Amino acid sequence: MPIPITMPALSPTMTEGNLAKWLKAEGDTVTAGDIIAEIETDKATMEVEAVDEGVLAKILINEGTEGVAVNSVIALLLEEGEEDSALDGYQAAALAAAATAAAPAPALSPELVAAPTVPTVTVAEAADGARVKASPLARRMAQQAGVNLANVNGSGPQGRVVRADIEAALGKAPATGSAPAAAAAPVPAQVGVAGGALAPTEIPHTNIRKIIARRLTEAKQQVPHFYLSLDCEVDKLLAMRKELNEKSANEDLGYKISVNDFVIRAAALALRKVPDANVSWTDDVLLKHNVVDVSIAVSIEGGLITPIIRNTDQKGLAAISNEMKELAGRARDGKLLPEEYQGGTFSISNLGMFGIREFAAVINPPQGAILAVGRSEERPVVRDGALAVATMMTVTLSVDHRAVDGALGAQYLAAFRGLIEDPLTMLL
Amino acid sequence: MADNNFDLVVVGAGPGGYVAAIRAAQLGMKTAVVEREHLGGVCLNWGCIPTKALLRSSEIYHLLHHLDEFGFSADNIKFDTKKIVKRSRNVADQLSKGVAHLLKKNKITVIDGAAKLAGKGKLTVENAGKKVADIGAKHIILATGARARDLPNIKADGKLIWSYKEAMVPEAVPKSLLVIGSGAIGMEFASFFGQLGSDVTVVEILDRILPVEDEEISAVALKSFQKQGMKIHTGASVDAVKTGKNNVTASIKQKDGKTESLTVDRVILAVGITGNVENIGLEEAGIKVDRGHVVVNQWLETGVPGVYAVGDLVGPPWLAHKASHEGVICVEKIAGLDNVRPLDITNIPGCTYCYPQIASVGFTEAAAKAAGHEVRVGRFPYLGNGKAIALGETEGMIKTVFDTKTGELLGAHMIGAEVTELIQGYGIAKTLETTESELMHTIFAHPTLSEMMHESVLDAYDRVIHF
Repeated sequence: MPIPITMPALSPTMTEGNLAKWLKAEGDTVTAGDIIAEIETDKATMEVEAVDEGVLAKILINEGTEGVAVNSVIALLLEEGEEDSALDGYQAAALAAAATAAAPAPALSPELVAAPTVPTVTVAEAADGARVKASPLARRMAQQAGVNLANVNGSGPQGRVVRADIEAALGKAPATGSAPAAAAAPVPAQVGVAGGALAPTEIPHTNIRKIIARRLTEAKQQVPHFYLSLDCEVDKLLAMRKELNEKSANEDLGYKISVNDFVIRAAALALRKVPDANVSWTDDVLLKHNVVDVSIAVSIEGGLITPIIRNTDQKGLAAISNEMKELAGRARDGKLLPEEYQGGTFSISNLGMFGIREFAAVINPPQGAILAVGRSEERPVVRDGALAVATMMTVTLSVDHRAVDGALGAQYLAAFRGLIEDPLTMLL
Repeated sequence: MADNNFDLVVVGAGPGGYVAAIRAAQLGMKTAVVEREHLGGVCLNWGCIPTKALLRSSEIYHLLHHLDEFGFSADNIKFDTKKIVKRSRNVADQLSKGVAHLLKKNKITVIDGAAKLAGKGKLTVENAGKKVADIGAKHIILATGARARDLPNIKADGKLIWSYKEAMVPEAVPKSLLVIGSGAIGMEFASFFGQLGSDVTVVEILDRILPVEDEEISAVALKSFQKQGMKIHTGASVDAVKTGKNNVTASIKQKDGKTESLTVDRVILAVGITGNVENIGLEEAGIKVDRGHVVVNQWLETGVPGVYAVGDLVGPPWLAHKASHEGVICVEKIAGLDNVRPLDITNIPGCTYCYPQIASVGFTEAAAKAAGHEVRVGRFPYLGNGKAIALGETEGMIKTVFDTKTGELLGAHMIGAEVTELIQGYGIAKTLETTESELMHTIFAHPTLSEMMHESVLDAYDRVIHF
């Protein structure tokens, strides 16, 4: 009897993914452990290993198929000696099963249920269980595309999500039909120079680009941002960093700490000191997080991703530094697991290495704040009524005003600056 | 008139214009309608409504010829053309008066005459060549409608070669009739006169009749009309007509290139319509006209601030309900209401009241494929429906087209008894964006013709029960 190969769940929260590529063809012999396909979720690409031996008899889901439900049958394996005829009747059954059996919801462990859950990107239902008004067609399209209906603005009656809204969320032009005379608009909007070699090149949106566009648009449209900036003197920090890194080099301790590693630790410890800033707004309740999980924006080809250092406040500089390097490396290779970038309670974005002095970042919902870090540079400062030179770093905190007010945000930043300017206190 | 300044003035009181005016009045706008001829427009006076009255008569006549089937007998069945026409005119009059009443009830000023744009926010109205009013309007909706198109080589003379207008008030049923054009108007008249005994020939330049309908529906219709005795030439054209004293000789160029001569009592020209774009000051106002129709955007704006256009004037589909809906969209957008949605052409049903009736909404199978959809198609014949058999109406079918991936109902195409009433079911389904699943879960009453709508959906998913 043929062995079904099913769509694997790459993380506890994954409900579906895209079948990016088949690495084996029909008829290929497969041994356990062989990489047979690549699966793509919204951000990461993962390899699927064979667990059984046999011949890859039939590929049921073609590569490039999007929104394949977890546990649906993607291919059939025949064991050695089995005839092709064993597939008869089985394929249809497998396909029907794939079509009807939506991925069983991954059972959450009690601890996870008790902990403040953070809605992830691809869940097709509202995280808080509230009913989202949507047309049946919009529901199905959202499910197929892995769009969370709760994140889509409905333009129908009473905010009902309709087809056009899903298409907009996916960055598609509305497909068909609407407005017969639209083509004859009296004031045609012309982008660039139409026609010929001068016409703009159309670059299809990648999956990650679509997600970034949707998430950031949501964030800017739905989260009332405000911004707090502060200058931090980093001379002591730089001296301490130099000392620590020299020690590591001399004694082969295996770490090289960056300014950013200090920033990550300081940001985490400051959240511990000002726990009211470690929050997420939801419609029903304010979630006050009991863990400090800092997401760090990492630039990758075609976009960015925010891997998370879990329990950041409990990790030392060397641990943070090494974990960050490892996560950033895998992020650039597109090999992060979804749970490694989904969640987090606070974000940091650092553009100092690009010479940026200061900037304001967009909040990564449902997080309550993001810290934008500029370069460290020598600036004139006034000290005891006289001009002096100090190495300064400007940070800007973007805050969700629904969850955190100005005074609280300022209190958090002050705690952050205290740690940065007196890095010895980070040991406490 | 004391105060000739309005929030909104609608030019034309057809189904686009008068509905826009009533909606505007409901929203508190001081509203006027200018109409040069009849309240209710062509639809009500010379189109949809009086033809339905005529077709009711021909339907009864048709039934009278099948009395035996139902256990009756009668001799000497006759009809009086004058009475049939008179009834049709009475129906139109009654409804036109009804529109007058509705406008009055909504406190809408009605101005008789022909309006012309006269600068920003201004209109002049003439009646019988004399200026009767200067009107100020913050917003102007042009809803002047359309009229039958002539062919370059064949013009309606109103005596031997009829447009829809003369065809609606015949003194007698012509013994033989040539209908040029097989769209809704052409086929309704072909059906009416055919059932009353005319020897009807239809010439269609495209390769099938009712060319806007799904190909399968065209094919079923062709078979049915031919069975009724109509002669139908597709891919053919009328090259020339020669009018005699009381007949017309037409030379018909057939698909194979051969020319055939046909002498008939009367000709009906039904080759489409063209917008009434003349003499309303469009050019002076700088309003763009393209191939006989005013160019507007999705909110019915002409590009000249404060001037809008709706209905037949802005192009196909030339349907009263499309005009009315545009009128409402236009007014609600002017009023700044939330949740105004542009017209979705794929949600406009189209009905042809010939025998058998034809109705459709959305994409034909071919159009769906052309738009890039992978489709699932369902069909169900009248022959498999209990109610249809009981009614003695076993001719026809219902076809549904779904998107394979999303299950979206892309289109529905029907031919047979009462399909013009059934189509709304699919119209609602489309507007609510249902998929096949909701249609399958809907419980259809038994015994009804509507059950076929269910079965057609089931058939698209290989689950049909009764066939």
